[in-house]
Amino acid sequence: MRIPILKLHNYLLVSIQIDLDDQTAIDFQEDLLSKIHKSGSSGVVIDLTSVDIIDSFIAKVLGDVVSMSDLMGAKVVLTGIQPAVAMTLIDLGIHMQNVPTALDLEQGLIKLRQELEE
Amino acid sequence: MKTKSQVQINKEWDIVGARQMGRELAKEMGFGTVDQARIATAISELARNIYLYADKGAVTFEIEEDLNKKGLKIIASDQGPGIADLSKVMEDGYSTSGGLGAGLPGVKRLMDYFDIVSEPESGTTITTIKWVR
Repeated sequence: MRIPILKLHNYLLVSIQIDLDDQTAIDFQEDLLSKIHKSGSSGVVIDLTSVDIIDSFIAKVLGDVVSMSDLMGAKVVLTGIQPAVAMTLIDLGIHMQNVPTALDLEQGLIKLRQELEE
Repeated sequence: MKTKSQVQINKEWDIVGARQMGRELAKEMGFGTVDQARIATAISELARNIYLYADKGAVTFEIEEDLNKKGLKIIASDQGPGIADLSKVMEDGYSTSGGLGAGLPGVKRLMDYFDIVSEPESGTTITTIKWVR
């Protein structure tokens, strides 16, 4: 299964709407990086509104994809993390401190625009 | 009274299967959304450990009913290599697989009861319980 990555002007938008298994998460990581490369996008929003579980593996993949995109010169913002997911992540001891987040897609786009100072 | 169900862990996708079954059970038992997420996440960590370190095993669900409380018992068992140093794997940030090392200490925090029995060369059994509040 592949997660669709949509292009909107110089941004990429991703909405994860499936229960992520490990392989899909890793495929997504690769797909996103190559899409950033091909499209020359400067910002990415990954919306997690429909994701009801993030375990340590998925958290690592998401955290890594933020750092990897950063290396390539694209900013990533994670949006829409559910209250139950946030509570579970903290219980797990995963704080994702270096990962930019926003309440929803709209706030995410505003945050990207500020970070990229457009 | 005990109701049992079991998911075999043989392939990566079984991790998702196990956590979906656990979440469904938790929902039926009346757990709130946050506890459902805690339970599903704990199962995901346990099932992934089986898949990563022992190749195969099983996750068993039992409904524990006491006079005044009800809980979901989750038993993750495998016949894998076992864990040489139990105190080490319970430390936050310790990992032999390049992961975050959040798995087992995380599961302990997510659940109400946690017990681990491991024998080198003969396998590991982890028992956890979450009580309905």
